[in-house]
Amino acid sequence: MTPLSFAFAHSLPEILLAIGALCLLMLGVFKSGGRDWIISELAIAILGVAFLMMFVELKEPALVYDGAFIDDAFGRFMKALALGGALISLLMSREFMAREGIDLFEFPVLVLLATLGMLMLISAHNLIALYLGLELMSLALYVIAAFHRHNVRASEAGLKYFVLGALSSGMLLYGSSLLYGFAGTVSFPGIAAALKGNVHLGVIFGLVFVMAGLAFKMSVVPFHMWTPDVYEGAPTPVTAFFASAAKMAAVAVTVRIIITAFPGIEGQWRQIIVFMSILSMAIGAFAAIGQTNIKRLMAYSSIGHMGFALVGLAAGTEKGVNGVLMYMAIYLVMTLGTFAAILSMRTGGKYVESIHDLAGLSRSRKGMAFFLAMMMLSLAGIPPLAGFFAKWYAFAAAIDAGLYPLAVIGMLSSVVACFYYLRVVKIIYLDEPAAPFEGVSREVTAVMYLAGAAVVLYWVFPGPLVSAATAAAKSLF
Amino acid sequence: MFGFGILTGLIVLPLVGAAFILVQRGDDQATLGNIRWAALSTTLITFLLSLWAWKLFDPATANFQLVEQKAWLGSTIIYKLGVDGMSMPFVLLTTFLMPFCIVASWETITTRVKEYMIAFLVLEALMIGVFCALDLVLFYLFFEAGLIPMFLIIGIWGGKRRIYASFKFFLYTLLGSLLMLLAIMAMYGVAGTTDITVLLKTTFPSSMQKWLWLAFFASFAVKMPMWPVHTWLPDAHVEAPTAGSVILAGILLKMGGYGFIRFSIPMFPEASHYFAPLVFGLSVIAIVYTSLVALVQEDMKKLIAYSSVAHMGFVTMGLFSMNQQGLQGAIFQMVSHGLVSGALFLCVGVVYDRMHTRDIAAYGGLVQRMPIYAVVFMVFTMANVGLPGTSGFVGEFLTLIGAFGANPWVAFFATSGVILSACYALFLYRRIIFGVLEKQSLKNIADLTPRELALLVPLVLLTIYYGVNPGPILDACAASVQGLLRSYEAALAATKTAALILN
Repeated sequence: MTPLSFAFAHSLPEILLAIGALCLLMLGVFKSGGRDWIISELAIAILGVAFLMMFVELKEPALVYDGAFIDDAFGRFMKALALGGALISLLMSREFMAREGIDLFEFPVLVLLATLGMLMLISAHNLIALYLGLELMSLALYVIAAFHRHNVRASEAGLKYFVLGALSSGMLLYGSSLLYGFAGTVSFPGIAAALKGNVHLGVIFGLVFVMAGLAFKMSVVPFHMWTPDVYEGAPTPVTAFFASAAKMAAVAVTVRIIITAFPGIEGQWRQIIVFMSILSMAIGAFAAIGQTNIKRLMAYSSIGHMGFALVGLAAGTEKGVNGVLMYMAIYLVMTLGTFAAILSMRTGGKYVESIHDLAGLSRSRKGMAFFLAMMMLSLAGIPPLAGFFAKWYAFAAAIDAGLYPLAVIGMLSSVVACFYYLRVVKIIYLDEPAAPFEGVSREVTAVMYLAGAAVVLYWVFPGPLVSAATAAAKSLF
Repeated sequence: MFGFGILTGLIVLPLVGAAFILVQRGDDQATLGNIRWAALSTTLITFLLSLWAWKLFDPATANFQLVEQKAWLGSTIIYKLGVDGMSMPFVLLTTFLMPFCIVASWETITTRVKEYMIAFLVLEALMIGVFCALDLVLFYLFFEAGLIPMFLIIGIWGGKRRIYASFKFFLYTLLGSLLMLLAIMAMYGVAGTTDITVLLKTTFPSSMQKWLWLAFFASFAVKMPMWPVHTWLPDAHVEAPTAGSVILAGILLKMGGYGFIRFSIPMFPEASHYFAPLVFGLSVIAIVYTSLVALVQEDMKKLIAYSSVAHMGFVTMGLFSMNQQGLQGAIFQMVSHGLVSGALFLCVGVVYDRMHTRDIAAYGGLVQRMPIYAVVFMVFTMANVGLPGTSGFVGEFLTLIGAFGANPWVAFFATSGVILSACYALFLYRRIIFGVLEKQSLKNIADLTPRELALLVPLVLLTIYYGVNPGPILDACAASVQGLLRSYEAALAATKTAALILN
């Protein structure tokens, strides 16, 4: 039995977030009079401190709370991404929320709680911790999806997300109970040990249901239907939060459960991952072609990108996990940068969302036009932009594992996807100017420029991210 | 400097120029003038630096020279540059043609000059990078990144159907390249590194070679372009601004040929041997078929574009004949075509700037108003036909000799292409230059301005110089080509012995 102080030390960021969220809630209820006041500043500070804690040196993985919670390099890497995503989404939300008149103190508190759920999810090392983390994250997300409660589309988005999310939670829970029933344990390594040799059909059912539940959170086909509607309906900073932080947590837990709990039944889960990956890449590419709302476009783009990340996971090797980690890190930067640009699209005092509002942006806002165009090309995976390196690692692992058809299909669908990214570039650079955008807050502009610079100049200094991802992937094997 | 060598300097210099232009503010004539001069001087300094690199370059050895190496993505994917006899001519061709592109756009580009010049300078850096890269991932990075500035050049400053053309250009090339990327990953998996010098010594399993070869072929055949994946080229050429066409024909197409000679042939010798008949077949079809298509074109640029496809057919034919004449002829043909087709597009640009049409039917009898132009245009037409005494002859002749050595029938059909090229080129010349000057719009057309003369005269001189004295280019690549052939034959012999032992 490890001493409690040891356990606390390894879950300090989670504890900080939990206590911080409760304190901010009290502060909000008794002091702020309903408005944001300084709650979001404090929430940002808490997230920032938790983010910095991820860089504290970790000697070896620590398994605490009776094996329910693990603190390892993989977890820290993904937590840093999730916290970064949450931090920047919250930073960008302040102006939007104020302008839309929904700058209520509950929002930062809910973001903190959702982030706490993500951290728990990433560190989950048995099925119960996984479910708790997932529900804590999801419940907070359901509420903030509908945070713009007088807006019909936002309410619709929240409701849709809630109903489908509850269904997926049910599936996950059902799958977990099957796994528990056949393996006799909820701990991931325990399941792995129990599944050595013979695989009962019930276990495969359990695996399928668990994967379905997780696929919903990752928004991969065939559980992607909610994504475009929720992305479009939810307030834009919330969408950014969904697309960045929530994705990181969902992918992290999927990787962890597959690698630590199901290494023995590789053939079983691999076909599920390959199937979801191919469908996501294809549908993400083809369905986005007809979209004119940039948030919907980004929704389909994210579906496609999750498919690309799963290409790395399908390999199931250390290289493959490394590919997934690289992919998620780079995808996070691209997503946040793109949403910063979307949050800068304001004309006539209101936020606009059609890609045609970007027409001729290169004349009125040269910097923004350049960075958004680069972001699009990076999402398309054109070198030397960061998105190319993301694809490189994921696909190289798949090729290494001999998954040639998957890799070829992935490449072909990325040509199709390139078409709609190019179309945005075309609208920005080649079309006649539309009404120019109004200025936005410094935070949003800074995020856009920093993310743009990171994407454009990643090739100059790729070393640190590569070595961090390699170390993180190693800790899982 | 900072442990970097002259080749990094060649890549960085244009980027520095681009950065300088980026910080220029204002839209008045003085700023635009500054931007143009900055771009021109950048390209000129880059050219001088590349001449210096040439001076340091020793053509007597087949080894890579001016090599520099840095850690990049971990220890297996590195930043490594270097040149040998097969890449040095292309580096020089690139740096040589760039100032012409800038001057050709001097007066014709009046909108968004700043972005235009930046796009060209970035493109130059990337093209030099392609020919210098000694790491496969680095090569791919430069190879693909060039699509972005070219997409913008066609899309922003192009003609009426520029959007269609730029999308087609981008997506066609991307499709081929992504298959190559998968092959690169597979090679990385086998060899554990993407260092080209190591990969050149790695022997890939025979069945794998065929797949890898096909994947690389998908990329280079589109880039070349070979029949039947050439259809993006006429569209891109027609819509691109003059300087864009020059770069496209002069350098971007050469990347395909360079790829064959740098990767496909030395790294997959067995597969190259196995697929050579396929390449011969496609090359002959390209030569004959696209020459016939060129005959019926109504648009000057389209005609030259199709003739480019035919001339690239000679290149692929020469490359896969796998002998000294064929390979050296192919390299020479690429350099020569870079000069000649670039010059032809400049010539079209001259009349296009005056009349704003590329319709052949809109011209006729220009010799009476533009005698100097008629002479210059004639030199390039003759070089395009392959008249002895011009650089076009040497390349075609050598590739035909090479092909004859490999397969006389290929040479037979390809030679008919030479006749056809004479038909379409002379036909074009007659319809534009000769005849009666009866069109009212042409009555006041002016002859070449000093700027245009300065553009075209160096190209005329070089075309004739290399036609009479092809030595410099052939000597530069001789040692490397011999080295390539030696290792190719050794690899084939090894497979044969292995097959004999198995039997």
